Amino acid sequence: MADEKEKESAELAVADLQRKVREAFEVFDHELNNTVDVREIGTIIRSLGCCPNEGELHDLIAEVEEEEPTGYIRFEKFLPVMTNILVEKRYRPIPEEILLQAFEVLDPTKRGFLSKEELIKYMTEEGEPFSQEEMEEMLSAAIGPESNFIHYRDYITMMVIDEN
Amino acid sequence: MGSGASTHHHFAFQNAEKAFKAAALIQRWYRRYMARLEMRRQCTWSIFQSMEYAGQQDQVKLHDFFSYLVDHFTPSSHNERDFLNRMFTEERVPRDSEVEKCSDYESIEVPDNYTGPRLSFPLLPDHATALVEAFRLKQQLHARYVLNLLHETRKHLVQLPNINRVSTCYSEEITVCGDLHGQLDDLIFIFYKNGLPSPERAYVFNGDFVDRGKDSVEILMVLFAFMLVYPKEFHLNRGNHEDHMVNLRYGFTKEVMQKYKTHGKKILQRLQDVFCWLPLATLVDEKVLILHGGVSDTTDLELLSKLDRHKIVSTLRCKTRKENEKQAEEKGKAKQTSSAGSLSPWFLLQSRSLPSSPLHLSSHKTHKGGRSSSVPCSIPLNPRGLSRQARRSVDLELERCRQQAGFPVIKEKEEPWVFNPEADSADGELLEPSQEEWRQVVDILWSDPMAQEGCKANTVRGGGCYFGPNVTKQLLQKYNLQFLIRSHECKPEGYEFCHSRKVLTIFSASNYYAVGSNRGAYVKLGPALTPHIVQYQANKATHMLTMRQRISRVEESALRALRGKLFAHSSDLLEEFKKHDNGNTGLITLSDWAAAVESVLHLGLPWRMLRPQLVNSSTDNMLEYKSWLEDLAKERLSHENIQSSLLETLYRNRSNLETIFRIIDSDHSGFISLDEFRQTWKLFSSHMKMDITDDGICDLARSIDFNKDGHIDINEFLEAVRLVEQSCSEGNASDCPQATNTKGSGSWPATEDSLVSVTQVAS
Repeated sequence: MADEKEKESAELAVADLQRKVREAFEVFDHELNNTVDVREIGTIIRSLGCCPNEGELHDLIAEVEEEEPTGYIRFEKFLPVMTNILVEKRYRPIPEEILLQAFEVLDPTKRGFLSKEELIKYMTEEGEPFSQEEMEEMLSAAIGPESNFIHYRDYITMMVIDEN
Repeated sequence: MGSGASTHHHFAFQNAEKAFKAAALIQRWYRRYMARLEMRRQCTWSIFQSMEYAGQQDQVKLHDFFSYLVDHFTPSSHNERDFLNRMFTEERVPRDSEVEKCSDYESIEVPDNYTGPRLSFPLLPDHATALVEAFRLKQQLHARYVLNLLHETRKHLVQLPNINRVSTCYSEEITVCGDLHGQLDDLIFIFYKNGLPSPERAYVFNGDFVDRGKDSVEILMVLFAFMLVYPKEFHLNRGNHEDHMVNLRYGFTKEVMQKYKTHGKKILQRLQDVFCWLPLATLVDEKVLILHGGVSDTTDLELLSKLDRHKIVSTLRCKTRKENEKQAEEKGKAKQTSSAGSLSPWFLLQSRSLPSSPLHLSSHKTHKGGRSSSVPCSIPLNPRGLSRQARRSVDLELERCRQQAGFPVIKEKEEPWVFNPEADSADGELLEPSQEEWRQVVDILWSDPMAQEGCKANTVRGGGCYFGPNVTKQLLQKYNLQFLIRSHECKPEGYEFCHSRKVLTIFSASNYYAVGSNRGAYVKLGPALTPHIVQYQANKATHMLTMRQRISRVEESALRALRGKLFAHSSDLLEEFKKHDNGNTGLITLSDWAAAVESVLHLGLPWRMLRPQLVNSSTDNMLEYKSWLEDLAKERLSHENIQSSLLETLYRNRSNLETIFRIIDSDHSGFISLDEFRQTWKLFSSHMKMDITDDGICDLARSIDFNKDGHIDINEFLEAVRLVEQSCSEGNASDCPQATNTKGSGSWPATEDSLVSVTQVAS
């Protein structure tokens, strides 16, 4: 008996997840034909709570693309893959403390800040490098026009609060 | 353990690896953050669009109401008859001959202490430039000059063809601008950035100069002035808002009456005439067609060139030859026959086979996809062709409504009520447009492009159609054109290409929904008529904000408006929530909440995505819906003496009621009597099946009459139902284009400077 109930509530939970996925998808379905531009898939996946890196994202896209890529992703292919990701809770977001630690790795002498040049260097030369646009946008939020430093602790706090 | 050197390498390598990983982590986190920001931006846009469309469907409801009255209502008393006649009798439109002779502005004296701009005719370029400058300094043009300018404008427009043909040989460049909607800042910016009009710099303004924004009058004055100064290089197209019926609802009428208390009515009358004389389209080098809305699969440029555009007074009201004949038949004998019987004011747009009532209202999301029922375009359904049976059942329904409304039951069959036709019918001037002509004009002023092939009724707007890429291709081929420029729809970037770049939408009112909501744009046509787009956003404040802050602010505007809408449907929502609450626990799941809200509001919005911002008090995924609704109400109530549920109903129907009142207030005094208010309310509420008692109505009327003088100031009414939004008073009122002014002061909060100080940064 209890098993059945559990099963039922699990099914309900999955159904709910599927509705969430559909909603997020529809926001970008501009032509209302159950497809979105492949370039928006990253946005959709991330706004559903997941935090894949670029490499993982590319793999995901490959999974949901047509055999002959059309530049569009169909909902029918996207839904099962995305639902699975949510059920399995993959690509979890990064906790604040870990993020802070990452900044501290880049600031080994523990000054509490990074210079603009340092930030640019790391973000555009290391990891999965930013495009120029991404770099400019990050700078505009992180550093005031006169300043040359990013106090990363404050920066993180500001961004995290903004999210909530 | 190796030698020192290799250990050093080892550590260095480790450090490098750590740095690499750290950077990758930060990037990963940041990209997610940006994605969520993008999603919020899209959702915000969806909110604004869906509410705008919902507003248009409001208009559809109103027309429905009127057509229902026209078709079926039989007044039972002299009072009622009078009242309805007042609502429906057309204002007497002055004859062309009268208007031409009329130079009544000459009798208007300009006081000595008037410091505003002065005009003398014929206008010189300097005058026009000085006018722009004067308006930039917030001066107002005296009524005398306004009327004078309108008089001259009319004289000029009358000579123009329906489709203006323009050539780029004479001027080096042509700039095309889209909707301005009363936003003078944008116009000033365009002239500043692109240069003032001149013989070398041609302009085309593609309609919708007025409504919503606060400086529609000034925009018109500037546009008309330049048109008179540079008649060969400065061109205007009519938009769907260049229409006195639309102006009643969307703010232009109000703006004129507020700015010109003594002469406003006359100005409005002249404008009504001037609007009808605006050309319908502009053709550049026989290659680029510029018109306001779009086209349909039946668009016929030859027909459009030949028809008498002046007779299309309003695209909302179709008084056509064929219809009049039918009406005369069906209403039985008419007292006066010369004008072929009754008119049908405020009819639902009849361009496609939309039934006159009730219209199936679709959410804006469904309109373009294949989900809404596609109506074949070529079959015009005459609503008068309603079967006898249908009419009888409607009569029964009518009877019930009347009883509900408290009107006495009609014992005997009264004489069918016939509208009083226009007084001066005999002068042979009244050759109304044919149904086909009217439809052609509605199509080009109201249609929107869609991605799918085909052509179908535009059920969201209530008129015109949605036209697909094949329709565009067909038209361009038929008339040997290169592409189409149109406006009519707000776009985030101020412009948008579609149909394989054969259709360009250009929209020039930046920050249309809220500060920061969208850019404006204009397009310059170069030598081979290649389009070159320039974008802008006329608000200093937004440039200083980061993307994050900009998006937050616009989002806050949207959410505020959305919460208002939710409040306006509190009763329906409560009912719907209860359905999901089987055990009567007072709780529902968040998933149920989302489903319920959509089924009541029909906005097609991503409620689950929006939920965190709309519901902040839920535990364990469950929501106490009653207290959530109460919280919504608390934010909104500004007058405790008006019962909450009544207020809700008023608020929900605010826009329609305001329009009805303005129609009743035919002399634009700004007042209607308590009695008129009650009668209007009775009729309207019975049609809308609202549950309000007679006493309730009286109480409402009395409580709105704030100064107890037996009259209701229309603005009092608006104030009562405006439901003060706290942040509006901080100067964000201009964020909400549909928010109404308080106390008819007519002056919006100061512009850029005050907005800088209001930043919604979460802290």
